Amino acid sequence: MSDMITLTIDGQKVTAPAGSTILEAAKLVGIDVPTLCHHPLLRPEGACRVCVCKVTGARSFLPACIAKATEGMEVFTHDPEVLEARKNIVELLLANHPQDCLACARSGNCELQTVANNLGIRKVRYEYNRPEMELDLSNPCLVRDPAKCILCGRCVRVCSEVQGTSIYSFAYRGLNARVTPAFNMGLGEVSCTFCGQCRKVCPTGAITVRSDTQRVWDALRDPDKIVMVQTAPSVRVAISEPFGGKPGDLNTGQMVSALRRLGFDKVFDTNWAADLTIMEEGTELIGRVTKGGKLPMITSCSPGWINFIELNYPDLLDNLSTAKSPQSMFGAMLKTYYAKKQGIDPSKIVSVSIMPCTAKKFEAFRRELSASGYPDTDIVLTTTELAQMIKEANINFLGLPEEQFDPIMGEGSGAGTIFGATGGVMEAAVRTAYKVIVGEEMEPIELEAVRGLEGIKEASVDFGGKVTLNVAIAHGLANARKVCELIRAGNPHNWHFIEIMACPGGCINGGGQPVNMDADTPRLRAEALYRDDAGLPVRRSHENAEVQALYREFLGEPNSHKAHELLHTHYYRQSRICKSK
Amino acid sequence: MSCNCTGKTLDLAPLMDILAPYKQNPKGALIPVLQHAQDVYGYLPQEVLEAIASELNIPVAEVFGVVTFYAQFHLTPRGKNIIRICQGTACHVRGAKTILEAVCSHLGVKAGETTPDLNFTIETVACLGACGLAPVMMVNDNTHGRLTPSDIPGILDSYLD
Repeated sequence: MSDMITLTIDGQKVTAPAGSTILEAAKLVGIDVPTLCHHPLLRPEGACRVCVCKVTGARSFLPACIAKATEGMEVFTHDPEVLEARKNIVELLLANHPQDCLACARSGNCELQTVANNLGIRKVRYEYNRPEMELDLSNPCLVRDPAKCILCGRCVRVCSEVQGTSIYSFAYRGLNARVTPAFNMGLGEVSCTFCGQCRKVCPTGAITVRSDTQRVWDALRDPDKIVMVQTAPSVRVAISEPFGGKPGDLNTGQMVSALRRLGFDKVFDTNWAADLTIMEEGTELIGRVTKGGKLPMITSCSPGWINFIELNYPDLLDNLSTAKSPQSMFGAMLKTYYAKKQGIDPSKIVSVSIMPCTAKKFEAFRRELSASGYPDTDIVLTTTELAQMIKEANINFLGLPEEQFDPIMGEGSGAGTIFGATGGVMEAAVRTAYKVIVGEEMEPIELEAVRGLEGIKEASVDFGGKVTLNVAIAHGLANARKVCELIRAGNPHNWHFIEIMACPGGCINGGGQPVNMDADTPRLRAEALYRDDAGLPVRRSHENAEVQALYREFLGEPNSHKAHELLHTHYYRQSRICKSK
Repeated sequence: MSCNCTGKTLDLAPLMDILAPYKQNPKGALIPVLQHAQDVYGYLPQEVLEAIASELNIPVAEVFGVVTFYAQFHLTPRGKNIIRICQGTACHVRGAKTILEAVCSHLGVKAGETTPDLNFTIETVACLGACGLAPVMMVNDNTHGRLTPSDIPGILDSYLD
């Protein structure tokens, strides 16, 4: 087999595919080499040198993450010389890093801390003399602390390679070198979508979620406020990770239970609002197809995607569905329908949402999302912040009993739960549109063609011979850009309906999810959502009894005048100072 | 840093002339374009960098990265006359510091800065290679050696129109 090579790593014989790096070959036999700039989902760069190894016959130590393994190579990953070099490298990184780990948001979950601790570094011999650098507090979603940046370049790579937004670059040189948006501006001043993927890959506390936990604690302690919470589908498949759970564990019941123990007055499900979104968006789609409206219609649930199109493709805004996102639909119904039905003064309601997403914090700030006279969403917490609150309250998350969501906005169908995975909104919409167009339920209920992690998926869906809709699904903004360019070029694939999610893999891999280096994490979390769907008694949005009751008692029918007033929105061209290309 | 592009409008027409030959094949164009643009505008204003990024289809963050990496590029306006004050060993022992202080106090700006009337920019350099003339400074292409602080006002004033 000429496409395989054999080498020795730490005395073990390894057979690896030709072209493997030393790091990849080592992994095959369970040998882990520490890394910092390397990330399994990004192009390797070899910038930090933490992974240096000794190779017999080589003039210098080689970085395992980029050096190719070759036939007959003899590699040592942790002999005394290698360890000494590695310690020096990490010590130099620490010399340029603040030493206030105990008060850092990433303490206990910091790759630099882990690498330094594993190497047994107990003293840094070099003085900290980096120039002072200001915090970036320019936006409601993410905080950048350039002093904690180790110049690994992961954020630069994810923003350009995966998201195609290229907000970050290395700038200046020597001791002044830093990673920054253009002109040293804050993320809120440049064309950043706040997707938070940079925060997801940052190995240190240089990019973190802007925390709103204190605002929630304050609301919970305020006797005049009624604090109600909704939880997005992707939170339930990731919330256990900070407590030692595995990616893909499904902990809906414990999550509900934890939220009650934190003191929320009611715990509701964003899946309910996802079903409502399907009713509104599905009806809008059928209307556009049958009455000659603007096509292709594109989904509008993902706030990172909405920022992206408003910043970069304002000429395509009419293609967006006018339906609000589930988060905002939920808030609008909480402060009208629910308040009315329960006799609550809506001004006393604090509408909190738990989201896998950093950009949702920006969505909550949009003034147009307050048709009830009150903001649809008052405070957005990411999954990471919810885990933080549970830890602060010292709640033993994994030991909690399973509890149920509260009625009358707590029932979610399987269609609602798969919103969290790329292709899920499309599948949910097709399940309901099929019933509306054909008059009977789609069999089988699963739409395999739109599942999976391929960057852009396409399918032609036959609706009982009555109509065929060409659909496309894109996730990750680099893919979204490709789709936008095709629409600008006249929509050659004749798409009718497109689902776009800003984050690669969809919300399950959102910028507010727990940080996890395992490349399989998005897949495992998505599988958990599909498992959740398969196990739920109701799997179609139009069969959600609590959503049916909402239309019967309050809204009338989908796309009614009242529904339009409360559940639909409009979009604006955003122009910030610099345009990303 | 706040946007300094408002107020007066910049004429981007000369920049478009610079960019024209590169638009078909923008590969490798960035640095020559930046150099040429700096020759024309005296420095690289934000608007110019944004226009270059947009015309060459390069992220503006990356353009900023290149501009800040190379010492030859300047993000702020430069004076008509560039003063380079030597800080080398020989000049240092013969009082380069007092020369720098005299220049700064006469012009009212610090090293690295430009006077508000855009007449002078003060720079410090590691060695001008004229140690026999220490302490020494250059103004544009002229060398002024064996300086004392009292020489400074007369020398600088001679560069004013």
